[in-house]
Amino acid sequence: MNPGVMTFNVLCLAVPFSVAILLAALGENFNQRAGVFNLGCDGIMCMGAFVGFMLPYFLKAGPMAPYGNLLGLAGALGVGAALGLLFALVTVTFGASQGIAGIGLQMLGWGLSGTLFRHFVGGVTGVEGILAMPIPWLSRIPFLGGVFFNHNPMAYVAFLLVPASWFLLYKTPWGLKVRAVGTHPRAADTMGINVVRTRYQALMLGGAMAGLAGAYLSLAQAKMFSDDLVAGRGFIAVALVYFGRWSPLGILGGALLFSIAQSFQLSMQVWGIKFPYEFAVMLPYVLVIVVLALARKARQLGPTDLGKPYNREMRF
Amino acid sequence: MTAMLEPISELKLEGITKRFPGVLACDGISLQVRRGEVLALVGENGAGKTTLMNIIMGLYRPDSGSLFVNGEEVHFRTPGDAYARGIGMVHQHFMLVPNMTVAENLALGLKQLHHFMWLDIKGAARRIREVSERYELPVNPDAYIWQLSVGEQQRVELVKTLCLGARLLILDEPTSALTPQETDDLIERLQRMASELAIIFISHKLNEVKALSDRVSILRHGAVVFNGHTVNHEPAELAALMTGHEVTLPRNEGTGRPGKPLLSVKNLCVRGDRGNLVLDGLNLELRAGEILGVAGVSGNGQRELADTLAGLRAVESGEILFEGQNLANCSPRAIIDAGMGYVPEDRQTEGIVPSFSVKDNFILKDFASQQFSKLSFLRRREIDRHADQLKAGFDIRCPSTSTATGALSGGNIQKVILAREIARGPKALVAVYPTRGIDMGAQEFIHSQLLDHRRKGVGIVLISEELEEVMNLSDRIAVIYKGKILKTLPAVEATRERLGILMAGLTDTDSPPEPAASALPSAGAVHE
Repeated sequence: MNPGVMTFNVLCLAVPFSVAILLAALGENFNQRAGVFNLGCDGIMCMGAFVGFMLPYFLKAGPMAPYGNLLGLAGALGVGAALGLLFALVTVTFGASQGIAGIGLQMLGWGLSGTLFRHFVGGVTGVEGILAMPIPWLSRIPFLGGVFFNHNPMAYVAFLLVPASWFLLYKTPWGLKVRAVGTHPRAADTMGINVVRTRYQALMLGGAMAGLAGAYLSLAQAKMFSDDLVAGRGFIAVALVYFGRWSPLGILGGALLFSIAQSFQLSMQVWGIKFPYEFAVMLPYVLVIVVLALARKARQLGPTDLGKPYNREMRF
Repeated sequence: MTAMLEPISELKLEGITKRFPGVLACDGISLQVRRGEVLALVGENGAGKTTLMNIIMGLYRPDSGSLFVNGEEVHFRTPGDAYARGIGMVHQHFMLVPNMTVAENLALGLKQLHHFMWLDIKGAARRIREVSERYELPVNPDAYIWQLSVGEQQRVELVKTLCLGARLLILDEPTSALTPQETDDLIERLQRMASELAIIFISHKLNEVKALSDRVSILRHGAVVFNGHTVNHEPAELAALMTGHEVTLPRNEGTGRPGKPLLSVKNLCVRGDRGNLVLDGLNLELRAGEILGVAGVSGNGQRELADTLAGLRAVESGEILFEGQNLANCSPRAIIDAGMGYVPEDRQTEGIVPSFSVKDNFILKDFASQQFSKLSFLRRREIDRHADQLKAGFDIRCPSTSTATGALSGGNIQKVILAREIARGPKALVAVYPTRGIDMGAQEFIHSQLLDHRRKGVGIVLISEELEEVMNLSDRIAVIYKGKILKTLPAVEATRERLGILMAGLTDTDSPPEPAASALPSAGAVHE
């Protein structure tokens, strides 16, 4: 096969693969910038995928049908924010260990979404979902048009959220507060910043974005729900935040690298290259581990108080 | 912060009392400070100074007592409330976010720059330039905090506090992390600023108190025990009031006979964290029963020298001969077993495990010895006995030896480290800044311990920036400059001026020129 065509196929497939992890990782970045890492990201994605699917599924026959997808997305954002709020309550207010609480939230989201789905729906059913929207003119540019401008609208949203979250973090008062409470909460406190409130806000925003990422999987990518739909992407998102060193642009790079590896291994199977597919499937995950292990440690610009609960009266 | 209240001209505290579980931190404290005045607040660690300041700033609520600004009673609930009345504080541990710029750090607190979806960072930079010009405190608003030296960060803190509208400054041990040059510089700047501000200056360095303050109040065990005008009292008198007894820092009387050579460092070359040669052919000789002071402006290789002697840094070339055995590139364990003791620069992170109890910190180096373990089980009873003995012998003030060591005051942590190192019976001891940031009482104790063990034949390398300390304790003084020992001279021949000239990198003739009034070296040699 022509290598140009092969590259084209790999890249066209990589972009939709990157959307869910990109959305979730951009959200997780807000959490971590504020000093809280949320391993429950994966569970929130499960719940987002579930709610995002259920609303259009139930409204399918009714008068609200045209708004099903939008309501699904709104529901996913809402349930994500609510789970972020729950996580904030446990880790910020009660100061519970973030790692353990995150694993708990992951299991909660995963188990609850699967159980509710079996209870209300069961089996394999689909929805129409959100359809691809090629951008007029731009999508007809040879090569680039297909790679960049022939996707689901949520893909465009996800990519626009990269500069948007950069702007939010670095150019707005709220971003300044988030970065301060994640690095030196006591300094922020002495400057009159409400550390607890800022961390709550960041966790709710991060949760909402993870919910949206889940809804992308069920509404735009698979157009169905099953309890292994998310398949650990939430954990990949957490890894991407470290990989991208807490910068939205770095996270985008990581998301693309991972999804190119993913789409490459799928393409390899399609092309019939004789390589045990079990190993091919591992490729993107192995890549993440290798890159994380080799990455130069530059904590200087990251949230140095990551993982530590803040208590004003604590002495040392 | 935008309130159009009249500027603060007087702050008065009346009967402030604050209890923490088990401690009476402030016991009916009354104080007063006016504009144009510097009040020094002096006391040992744990006397209640910082708690009192946190009450003024609205971080803690007092159990009883009142605060008055310009004669009107106020109740502060957050630092923001205090700033609104023109009171600002520079904390001992800087309250700056290291991965943000100077301007961003200020913008955090200036709410009028916070617009919806837009932060007026240029406005913050403008404000910083205004204030830094007005008070002659040069800072670059676009620099990241982590790029700045400690002295520069201190300046940023001052500018930040002034930008936020503070006209009464509380400075909590502002010089504890500064080099002597930076300290002199700060004191001079504060003297210039004092006329239009009110300043509360917390310190236990009495020469600084003397140089800067108009009045002095002394706190002991949470209560004010003395108020007076600084000019009328000598530092020794204040020290006695502060500790409750006469304090005379012990001196090396020079009667010891130097013993056999113990440690000799030959042509030592070591790379620093950035890969450059920080020690560049350093030679050093230590004899048993002497204290060798290593003086120098910080950043000339002191830290790397100490690291290397403790086995924590690789040797590029050269030898470290300890009783004839070359210890260069040996493991810390081998160096410890050879009989070398180490009191590291950073007591919190290198000297102790903060979350471990005092008794466990005592056996950090010997937990595997016959004395403290049997068949790989710890012998708890022996460990307790050992701990009680050291606690009494070194006058370590802690509720019990099971207390987490990190919760103790700096002076007591330092005593824990010193007790551990000395109890092991070392042949040589490397002590780095052993009294930095600790109060007079503890300082006196540590100095006399060092002199004691010198008499018993221990060879001690004392690395310090405090010229007084080096001159009081040493038999010989080696001046380190750019990774080399520039000159070693007997302590009796050393004067402050002569050492200052050497520390600046000028090799002196044997009769030094007439020194300038304050002949401390310029900061030209500082690499940090």
